Amino acid sequence: MPKMNLSHFEAAFLFALFTSVVLGVVTKKTDRDRLHYGVYTFVCFLLALFGIGWAMYLGHG
Amino acid sequence: MAKEKEQKPPMPPLTAWVPAVALGWLIPGGGHFLLKRNGRGTLLLVSIASMFLCGLMMQGAMFQPQTGDLLTTLINTGGFIGDVCSGILFLASQWFGYNVPDMAGHVHDYGTKFLVTAGLLNILAMVDVYEIAAGRKD
Repeated sequence: MPKMNLSHFEAAFLFALFTSVVLGVVTKKTDRDRLHYGVYTFVCFLLALFGIGWAMYLGHG
Repeated sequence: MAKEKEQKPPMPPLTAWVPAVALGWLIPGGGHFLLKRNGRGTLLLVSIASMFLCGLMMQGAMFQPQTGDLLTTLINTGGFIGDVCSGILFLASQWFGYNVPDMAGHVHDYGTKFLVTAGLLNILAMVDVYEIAAGRKD
């Protein structure tokens, strides 16, 4: 099994991508709503990733 | 004042949803394929399988059910259930002898979370299959 060595950002990005696709597919009832929800979830993941990342960086001093 | 009770929709017959949900557990997205939702089934299969494979390549640890204090039971038994819910991906990894101890390091830690989350996402897919098979969702 090949090994993967990802940074925090790369791993969190992949996590956000896969999770958003599944949440988009299973949550809404029309394809348009699914696409919107998937993109919305992905953007929320990224905002949380950068927001919490900066909060930890600034809080750490 | 009369309070109207909400009517619960009747439980669909077992034969309508059990095969689809069981196939959905065994093969992520399989229930959707059985119910002719091929596009959604493909997206689920690719996403869940990719997440599980990334978890394996990051050498994430599989949980073993343990009892003890509440937190230990919750984390290990819950994590094990999450791993098992990946279906054939989990079974194949066990058949091929995948057994990585829990190691320090952010990559291994992410890998463990990827493995569990793949199973949890498959649970969402199984619920979706149930709703489709029961006629509550298109």
